[in-house]
Amino acid sequence: MAEREKKPENIPMLEVRNLSISFGGLKAVDGFHISIEKGCLYGLIGPNGAGKTTVFNLLTGVYKPNTGTILLDGANITGKKTIEINQAGIARTFQNIRLFKDMSVLDNVKVGLHNHYRYSTLTGILRLPAYFKVEKEMNERAMELLKVFDLDGESGYKASNLPYGKQRKLEIARALATDPKLLLLDEPAAGMNPNETAELMETIHFVRDHFQMTILLIEHDMKLVSGICEKLTVLNFGQILTQGETSQVLNDRRVITAYLGE
Amino acid sequence: MTKKKIRIQNAVTYGMVLIFWAVVEIMDRTGNLSSLLKGLLVPLCMYAILAVSLNLTVGILGELSLGHAGFMCLGAFSGAFLTNCLEGAVPSVGVRFFLALLLGALVAGVFGLLIGIPVLRLKGDYLAIVTLAFGEIIKNLINVLYVGYDANGFHFSMKDTTSLGLDKETGVILIKGAQGITGTPRAATFTIGILLLLLTLFIVLNLINSRTGRAVMSIRDNRIAAESVGINVTKYKLMAFSISAALAGMAGVLYAHSLSTLQASSNNFGYNKSILILVFVVLGGLGNMRGSIIAAVLLTALPEMLRGLNDYRMLIYAIVLIVMTIFNSSPKAIELRSVVMDKIRHKKTEKKEAA
Repeated sequence: MAEREKKPENIPMLEVRNLSISFGGLKAVDGFHISIEKGCLYGLIGPNGAGKTTVFNLLTGVYKPNTGTILLDGANITGKKTIEINQAGIARTFQNIRLFKDMSVLDNVKVGLHNHYRYSTLTGILRLPAYFKVEKEMNERAMELLKVFDLDGESGYKASNLPYGKQRKLEIARALATDPKLLLLDEPAAGMNPNETAELMETIHFVRDHFQMTILLIEHDMKLVSGICEKLTVLNFGQILTQGETSQVLNDRRVITAYLGE
Repeated sequence: MTKKKIRIQNAVTYGMVLIFWAVVEIMDRTGNLSSLLKGLLVPLCMYAILAVSLNLTVGILGELSLGHAGFMCLGAFSGAFLTNCLEGAVPSVGVRFFLALLLGALVAGVFGLLIGIPVLRLKGDYLAIVTLAFGEIIKNLINVLYVGYDANGFHFSMKDTTSLGLDKETGVILIKGAQGITGTPRAATFTIGILLLLLTLFIVLNLINSRTGRAVMSIRDNRIAAESVGINVTKYKLMAFSISAALAGMAGVLYAHSLSTLQASSNNFGYNKSILILVFVVLGGLGNMRGSIIAAVLLTALPEMLRGLNDYRMLIYAIVLIVMTIFNSSPKAIELRSVVMDKIRHKKTEKKEAA
């Protein structure tokens, strides 16, 4: 925490320059750049196949970029491994929910806490006092997070037995458990009905305010995008079509054309 | 709430093993145990340990391994080797057996680690094939291994006993190729077997319900998500795999000390044995340690108990296998079971309400 405060205020939380990757001959992402201020709710939109999820995979180290640099809070994380990037402070959710489905709701969050509450494997096997102490702290922290998402009543459920909307929330809770600086949400409203989407919008807002989180999200639901995102970047065929304030971007003729055709 | 449940479940598992031990001991003391059953007791413990340890790889880590007998073989031979080596230096058989258990587990664990590094990059069927091959390689290598020692130290050979070039007067052959190791003291008893089984359960159950166990299970459930929350996938895969291998090695040492002659034959350590252990794990339920023990005990004892029905014994064994599989895994059977359980619960609550 102290380290974060030391840095001057004007460094953006995420700064990406000239990011590119090709698969075979296809330039999936080409010359992508973005700058996200601390505490901003930023949207990444674009038609299907525009390369949005590829950008997420580049940011989280699933793919290594061909060119470009990624700076998180001033630190260069380009080309690092997924787990290193997570430890540096980026957490994400997935388009197709990826929970630990045979584990309990509580344990899902506790896996997220893995790197922040430590004891050795031997301590765990021998059940030394440190085990009980750290497990207790872990349980308390995990329950706190679940309470935020109104999931504390279901902590003992198997993750796969949760209804769809709650699974999405659990994924966000698990991501937050890793104590990130930047949260990436990949189509959080996919498959939700209008009521669930409205509730999700509130949740995202709440996460931003409550955890002072910087959030980058991919979304197709324009109601959600225009409702909560402060800034937008529009991707089309791997390239940036436009970026800026939400209201400007959404009224841009090129954006409308990209979505609806000529 | 769930933590309490897990604790109760684990206590039931330990209790079950202890009760089994007590019943067998009482039957033995009162002379109600046939010699056939007596001979089965140590193998029962061994199979139970093997099943629980393989369940760590298959059920908790979620990787299919068909080389478990290979790790057991490594443990058996390194353990028996040590016991025979130290015959002069350490007169107490118990101490030697104890040291052998440690060495057997260590050797199997180290090999688990070494083999895991390349092998765990593979997934599913490929991993199964490579581990299968590994088990066979180990067995065949030990089959042609000759080791002896004399005043000049140890001698190794892959050919025959004469090429060891041992000193005529002080030379002793320890491992004699296909004839294996002879003269290991038969120190393994049922009680020691049960103690080792309890130790295995203690290690595995405590591991599962700890930070490490959660990391391992998260890899099983979703590797990509596990990486995204900062779990070191390679580290935890290797850890689970080598702990599983070390426990199999320990079971091997137990086995080696229940035989006067230990040979690396297909019968003892072939892939059939690996598959047999896998059958225990699958029938007992993936991730269900108690189930593994029950399946191992039932399916080891059954063919022996049925010896009287000579012609039909394998037929009955096969039918039991099929029925157990259906009972455990068929969706209809699971539905039926839950209906029955609900009815029982319903009656209980009705009784309570009536009272």
